[in-house]
Amino acid sequence: MSRPSTTQIFLVIAVLATVPLLTASNVVLNFLIVALLIALAGQGWNVLGGYGGQYSFGHAAFFGTGAYLTAILQTRYGVNAWGAFALGIMGGALIGAAIGAVTFRSGLRGSYFALVTLAFAEVLRILASVAPITGAGVGILIPLDLRPQAFQFQSRAPFYWIVLALVAGSLIIVHRIEQSRFGAWLVAVRENEDAASALGVDATRIKVAATAISAAITAAAGGFYAQYFLFIDSGIAFGPWISIEALLAPIVGGIGTAFGPLLGAFVVKALGELAKLATGDAPGLDLVIYGSVLVLIVAFAPHGIVGLLADLRARFGRLRGSLLGRAHG
Amino acid sequence: MAEPLLRVERAFKRFGGVLAVDSVSLAVEAGRITALIGPNGAGKTTLFSIISGFLPPTEGRVFHRGADVTGMPPHLVARRGIVRTFQIVQPFAGLTVHENIAIGAHLSRRSRTEALAAAAEVASTVGLGDVLGRPAASLTVAGRKRLEVARALAAEPELLLLDEVLAGLNPAEVATMVPIIRGLADSGVTILMIEHVMQAVMRLAEHVFVLAEGRIIAAGAPRVVVDDPRVVEAYLGHGAAARLSAAGGAHV
Repeated sequence: MSRPSTTQIFLVIAVLATVPLLTASNVVLNFLIVALLIALAGQGWNVLGGYGGQYSFGHAAFFGTGAYLTAILQTRYGVNAWGAFALGIMGGALIGAAIGAVTFRSGLRGSYFALVTLAFAEVLRILASVAPITGAGVGILIPLDLRPQAFQFQSRAPFYWIVLALVAGSLIIVHRIEQSRFGAWLVAVRENEDAASALGVDATRIKVAATAISAAITAAAGGFYAQYFLFIDSGIAFGPWISIEALLAPIVGGIGTAFGPLLGAFVVKALGELAKLATGDAPGLDLVIYGSVLVLIVAFAPHGIVGLLADLRARFGRLRGSLLGRAHG
Repeated sequence: MAEPLLRVERAFKRFGGVLAVDSVSLAVEAGRITALIGPNGAGKTTLFSIISGFLPPTEGRVFHRGADVTGMPPHLVARRGIVRTFQIVQPFAGLTVHENIAIGAHLSRRSRTEALAAAAEVASTVGLGDVLGRPAASLTVAGRKRLEVARALAAEPELLLLDEVLAGLNPAEVATMVPIIRGLADSGVTILMIEHVMQAVMRLAEHVFVLAEGRIIAAGAPRVVVDDPRVVEAYLGHGAAARLSAAGGAHV
């Protein structure tokens, strides 16, 4: 697996950062902001699912925690929006650690883990749809206050740069994980838990820590969502849509690779938009497309687009090698 | 008498109606190679799993340097310096040989660079130096057995538990592994090995325990143990020892 260098990460982010200077189109910026939001949520999923091999079907639990904490702390407790956003990330990490501790300590693995995470997200969604503090069925509207101190902006460009900075941060975190002992242990646990523990790896602890990091990143996406759209309800915050988007992006882009979620989010969102254009917004069609893409990727490119590109490069390299060999021979 | 490095005291392991390990007591003295032999299904690997924390014994205790480690989780047993290999090799299949060995090296090293450097060194001592960059899944059986040893070795164990690392190898491959194991012992690692390849046991082990149907039936120097009629019968069936000596005192 190819590991990105900090230079590569810097270049990709630098190129993406120029987009608002080239276009002021709200349609383009909105599309990119949503894609980056999904990339961020997907990077969170990727830490636990891609590097740790623990497939969650319920990352909505963390997205929603980030979104609701950000919204509730400002609207009900008068906390500054940035502070609320930061606390939302921490809250996500705590919920992640708690869910991780409960599931991994009881030895749940594989599809059982997936089902339990799905259940946690659904329980939170139902609680949020009835509890007064979450606005129950009505949801929470964050009052308009277009000042940077309130994490609200007149134009979309600042939002774009902020979500891009968050994506950059998540890439750096993943890069650091890849270079660390924690990352090596996490991958070892994914590959073979027994072999890892025979070499002194505390598998449970590693998985709980990975869940906390994973949840914090996805919670950041949730908090950003709340500030960008200024409205959340239980279906948005804890609904299955975000659990699906968060796992689809890394799986399509390349599971267990740093750039996978970013690449996958753009491809999936672009497909969704094309489908909407082609079918005139028929309800549910985007889900049909997501499903089909997932089937194709799992069947033909288990390492996603990143893996496909690496394969092509290797093949091209061999082809060029043999052509050169012939030319010289 | 000084406390041995490892002591198992009256260990039992019951799986449903089967008594896999039946009142086993043994001691492994520091600095030597001890072998655990016995027919298939004798409970050797179960005993390894009890020592390394993968299975709790139904009864009995395990002591490391006099400290009770019974039922301690595997990662803590490993951190005490008792590292096992697996009879059915358990490579981190998606990783390269180098990355596999580095996981072992990380036990005592936080830095990725240092762990990779140490892993490269260990790889060359077991003859994997040329395949560092290859995916572990692409190795031959012999290569995977070496990888098991290399990974455990990189964890710098005080006591290395080798579970049939010679099984499935051809005679030439066995011949290259034997000096590697001897070298480990000479470098100060205490080894407890489960082995079926008797030629290797005879050449390597200083002390042998024979396990049959969950019980230790003989123990001692390799030469003495293989001539023990109870050991011959455990392998070849009841009455075999008598028939063999009647046929002219032939050795096993």
